[in-house]
Amino acid sequence: MPQITWRDVDGAIIEAEVPHGKTLMEAAVNAGVKGIYGDCGGALACATCHVIPDDDWADRVGKPGAMEEEMLDMVDGIRAPTSRLSCQIRSSEELDGLILNVPGGG
Amino acid sequence: MTERIVIVGGGQAAASCIAALRSSKAAMTITLVGEEDHLPYRRPPLSKAALVDGPSVESLLIRPKDWYEGVELKLGRRACEIARKDGRVILSDGEQLAYDKLVFCSGSRARQLSDKLGGNLEGVHTLRSIADAERLRSELVSGRRVLVVGGGYIGLEVAASARKHGLSVLLVEAGERILGRVASSATAQYLRSIHESRGVEIRETTGVQLLAGDKRATHAILTDGSEHAVDIVVVGIGGLANDEIASSAGLETSNGIVVDAYCKTADPNIFAAGDCATFPFGDRSIRLESVQNATDQGEVVAASLTGREKAYAPVPWFWSDQYETKLQIVGIAHGHDDIIVRPGQRDNARSIWYFRQNELIAVDAINDPASYMAGRRLLTAKINPDRANIADPNFPLATMLAAAR
Repeated sequence: MPQITWRDVDGAIIEAEVPHGKTLMEAAVNAGVKGIYGDCGGALACATCHVIPDDDWADRVGKPGAMEEEMLDMVDGIRAPTSRLSCQIRSSEELDGLILNVPGGG
Repeated sequence: MTERIVIVGGGQAAASCIAALRSSKAAMTITLVGEEDHLPYRRPPLSKAALVDGPSVESLLIRPKDWYEGVELKLGRRACEIARKDGRVILSDGEQLAYDKLVFCSGSRARQLSDKLGGNLEGVHTLRSIADAERLRSELVSGRRVLVVGGGYIGLEVAASARKHGLSVLLVEAGERILGRVASSATAQYLRSIHESRGVEIRETTGVQLLAGDKRATHAILTDGSEHAVDIVVVGIGGLANDEIASSAGLETSNGIVVDAYCKTADPNIFAAGDCATFPFGDRSIRLESVQNATDQGEVVAASLTGREKAYAPVPWFWSDQYETKLQIVGIAHGHDDIIVRPGQRDNARSIWYFRQNELIAVDAINDPASYMAGRRLLTAKINPDRANIADPNFPLATMLAAAR
């Protein structure tokens, strides 16, 4: 099962095995990753699941869709070129070993 | 001393409260009483994706089962009575739970069409729970005719989901227009046109005179005198706070359990959060049925319980999905005296900015997340934008946020 690692808002490291197809927002909420709320449940409505993948991973994680891009543009706190909303990323073999940073302030 | 905390009601507010209580690491025991058999789950998808794809309990759960380890779960049971003098909750199976602090997260329920109007006939649905969604989903069969009573968000979302299943949809709204209580006519008109372009018939200022049928509702007579054969009726005419046992226990209720900005009732040991609570907002009291409100008030209660009081001063937000249209709302448009419609950056995108006495109070964003996010940040930072800038579609909203960064 793909293993995903989060570096949460306080810098704590949380790891979880995430079944295929599950969104990385759900996985983070279930694993209790601080700073990931997923209030809207993945409807792309709230922008409370912002993550920044480590640079090496940006290509495999992929680019945001148009609506996601607009939300990220206005997100509270820091927006990086590789920023994503993790409700829009699903677990897959390709993402095994992925490291996600949770930015502060949103 | 280990405090005994009993939470009555097992929805979004309860899950949020438990999460926040736990992260406080205070010494306490937590008991969760929930009327449904399910752990806390997300209700918003029930009228949207779950009605199209069929609800899956597992994917709707806010947290997985093992997350609740250490929380005493009393599911499938109702709290019937609160004995405040000796700090006990009496459950429907007779069990009595002693509490030091009690939190109402009892939510709201769907207002029903009266029996006199045929609301008790078979085939007449309301939508609040997974069980409701399963029942309704099983009846959404292509070619059937559904009457949707009520042009609020639930009614409109059900109409969209029913169209996706290939049913014919007639939606009636007793008020002057759809979304009359919750959105401007600009927003309502746009959504109306989307529904009509998808083949939904919408009749405003039209209510139900009578639903008729032997056992099952088979036809509807409307207040405009017309008569329609129907297979299914879905009633979405608002929600009622589940505040009766609080009221019976002598707590003040007024369209919900009355709390202060700390989610406290007049009884220092009793709190309320989410759909069931009426709280101060500006110069009046309001009750909100939303995820944002439930989540944030759940946290406010936890803060009050652990001696880190923080006043609830929300920037409320909501969303709705209908067909491919995404509506995001921030703020409360109540009492607005002016609006600005701002075209968005792409087709079918626009936002409606609401002002009261020259002050921004809310934004409805249609397929326009940038405007929603900008509105949310402006309202949060209490920055009042220049109206000329809002009205200019080429003015970059991000520049107004510089001060909010």
